[in-house]
Amino acid sequence: MANLASDFAGIKSPNPFWLASAPPTDKEYNVTRAFKAGWGGVVWKTLGFDPHIVNVNGPRYGVVHGADRRVLGINNIELITDRPLDVNLREIKQVKRDWPDRAMVVSLMVPCEEEAWKRILPMVEETGADGVELNFGCPHGMSERGMGAAVGQVPEYVEMVARWCKANTRMPVIVKLTPNVTDIRHSARAAFKGGADAVSLINTVNSITGVDLDLMAPEPTIDGKGTHGGYCGPAVRPIALNMVAEIARDPETAGKPVSAIGGIGTWRDAAEFLALGASNTQVCTAAMTYGFGIIKEMTAGLSRWMDEKGYERVSDVVARAVPNVTDWQHLNLNYVTKARIDQDACIQCGRCYAACEDTSHQAIAMTEDRRFEVIDAECVACNLCVNVCPVEDCITMERLPAGTVDPRTGKTVEPGYANWTTHPNNPMAKAAE
Amino acid sequence: MTNSPTTPGIVAGRLAPQAIAENFADIAPDFDPHEAAVAADRCYFCYDAPCVAACPTEIDIPLFIRQIQTGQPEAAGQTILDQNILGGMCARVCPTETLCEGECVREAAEGKPVEIGRLQRYATDRLMANDGHPYRRAAPTGRRVAVVGAGPAGLACAHRLAMHGHDVTVFDAREKPGGLNEYGIAAYKTVGGFAQAEVDWLLKIGGIELRHGQALGRDVTLDGLRNDHDAVFLGMGLAGVNALGVEGEAREGARDAVDFIAELRQSDDLTKLPVGRHVVVIGGGMTAVDAAVQSRLLGAEDVSMVYRRARDRMSASEHEIDHAATAGVRIITNAQPVAVHGNGAVREVEFAYTRDNGKGGLESTGETFRLKADQVFKAIGQSLEGAPDGLTVERGKITVTGPGRTGLDGVWAGGDCAAGGEDLTVTAVAQGRDAAEDIHARLSA
Repeated sequence: MANLASDFAGIKSPNPFWLASAPPTDKEYNVTRAFKAGWGGVVWKTLGFDPHIVNVNGPRYGVVHGADRRVLGINNIELITDRPLDVNLREIKQVKRDWPDRAMVVSLMVPCEEEAWKRILPMVEETGADGVELNFGCPHGMSERGMGAAVGQVPEYVEMVARWCKANTRMPVIVKLTPNVTDIRHSARAAFKGGADAVSLINTVNSITGVDLDLMAPEPTIDGKGTHGGYCGPAVRPIALNMVAEIARDPETAGKPVSAIGGIGTWRDAAEFLALGASNTQVCTAAMTYGFGIIKEMTAGLSRWMDEKGYERVSDVVARAVPNVTDWQHLNLNYVTKARIDQDACIQCGRCYAACEDTSHQAIAMTEDRRFEVIDAECVACNLCVNVCPVEDCITMERLPAGTVDPRTGKTVEPGYANWTTHPNNPMAKAAE
Repeated sequence: MTNSPTTPGIVAGRLAPQAIAENFADIAPDFDPHEAAVAADRCYFCYDAPCVAACPTEIDIPLFIRQIQTGQPEAAGQTILDQNILGGMCARVCPTETLCEGECVREAAEGKPVEIGRLQRYATDRLMANDGHPYRRAAPTGRRVAVVGAGPAGLACAHRLAMHGHDVTVFDAREKPGGLNEYGIAAYKTVGGFAQAEVDWLLKIGGIELRHGQALGRDVTLDGLRNDHDAVFLGMGLAGVNALGVEGEAREGARDAVDFIAELRQSDDLTKLPVGRHVVVIGGGMTAVDAAVQSRLLGAEDVSMVYRRARDRMSASEHEIDHAATAGVRIITNAQPVAVHGNGAVREVEFAYTRDNGKGGLESTGETFRLKADQVFKAIGQSLEGAPDGLTVERGKITVTGPGRTGLDGVWAGGDCAAGGEDLTVTAVAQGRDAAEDIHARLSA
């Protein structure tokens, strides 16, 4: 059976699933329940100095629902822990003592001065915690006070604070990155340049989840007003996947430990992040939606999949897909595919037809008796029909073998590989000649 | 209460009042908003949706379900009523399993269609609960149209004509409007006086005068109506009932199922409605099912529904037949009545087993059997009665072309009395509506 044990920047845990720094990890009670359920570790909800911050007393979360009120994304305007520092430290120490095999990482956010970090780090060290995560990501509230994303958005600050922390603790230092930047690689490079042992990402995405049209106010609404919050959950997963991959394939940061965060809720989500270069994963929204019990599916699922694929250790999976993440210009233009509709699986809803006819290439024909058939002479293989079809694998993209003629272009499909860099329509290619 | 299901004869109060109330409660109660949201989320918003094509009134079903999804059930209701002014009743009585829901792609995908009928009720109930009426009359045209029959076809026709500004007079033989919505249909499908409430709501458009107790051929004549009006729409349904044509069918205790159903629908206390201990229903259509099931619900000890052909030839839908079986009705097929026996009152019905004679007809196998019966309901079909002279009648229906045009100039027909389509409420509504549009076009020309 696959060994799920994880060693992340020297922090050991029985599996690569941690709970992210967030409401589920704010108290001994919750964290104990999480460990009982089987979570490999936690990043304790962000600590700050006393007097502890306060939260709003109205709604903290907003939501975006899919069909059947499935939670696609949640945003929050909650701040860091609103409990006294000593209470948190005492509980962290107790939990770590009770659960020595689990990873206990403590998230921190204090003012952007070396003295502040110098002061708090020994307090955390004293608890026996395994590491610290620097919260440079929260996009709301704390950023107005010069912390959180206000630091994370300036690579020079990220580097500076990482360096202060490394100089003042023996614990591994993880820097949590904000996605609210134009190029995540600058933040990651800065963290590692400052000596950080690892980065974790993504923190939440700046967002407004909705507007109350009676109050004419953004949601969540506090007494008629609202503010931007941090968006998370399945909706942000694609953003996180890309950012993790960007860091994994950046020569300056490739191979460094990355803890993936962003809409992870199943073994498959986790496996995808691992394949794109993450060494472990952190979960929040899925746990907040379904409770801690989901860990059983995640560990069992990852283990079963690894067995099926012959991966013995989590590290065998890490970064497997990274070599296949490339730039557009390197994609093979000789890879020609056409949509194929499995008539036996088709339920004749016609969504492929509507999508193609109204918004794409008029490449699906509808017969009198509601059969939907692909017109190869029009199909550009955009994949929209596959995406909107409600039946999995009913529509697939099939490759035209080399030597056949693409009825759309009238050209013979060439064997081998050719990309934009050599394409005759590319002025740069011509200039290079 | 002294009576029970085993009390001999035809008596009332076989079940306790509470049991009867439960038996006749709404069979498919209104969705609450949560149920509606969950059901609506299942709709795929199909292109050129098969459910729409399967609806005789062609309601834009994906659109109205999307309007429920987006939190506007009243807008959804409007979408429905634009096409089908009796959308509230149709939501309750349509055999959706053979119409919209039967064609739903999720029926193909999962064997479980989107619950279109109940979503339609959710939408129409909410819109109709609003004050006022969502449609307005056009400026009066001064044109006068007579509508014969205040059933689904006549009401749909009258409403559409009134909307176009014409003055409509509806003549109906009964004391109450609604036709089969009021006098037919199982009570548990349309509880709480919905049929009358719907008519009251429909009439709010104005411009429609209802005249009760006015039967065509008795109180009014087609010629008279044609003289006094610019157009006439005939939607009087099928007033006649087919006879069994067997010995003893006039015995005490044997009656037409439609009369029993009408009496039941008009009863304000079902504990006072008598029903037999042993009930035999002859027929295989919706009327037979409604009579059989409701006999059981009133407390009849045993109810048999006997149909002369095979089960797959029954005009009642599979869903309805299953419902009857679940209610405890014994379904016997391939048997036709030979005689109704008794001494004054009915005591037994004798049947002969049948088989296909190879020429499309039936023949007796020679084997017979008898069923105990205190009460026999005849439900082998209704027929057109008293069609005015000058109209062509073929196979028991008034011949029409296009949107309900009869052979007589200025006379249209629709609903069960006219040829074309199944004898369903929704079909009648479509025909009444389309005839109204054709009448309007003619009067506007």
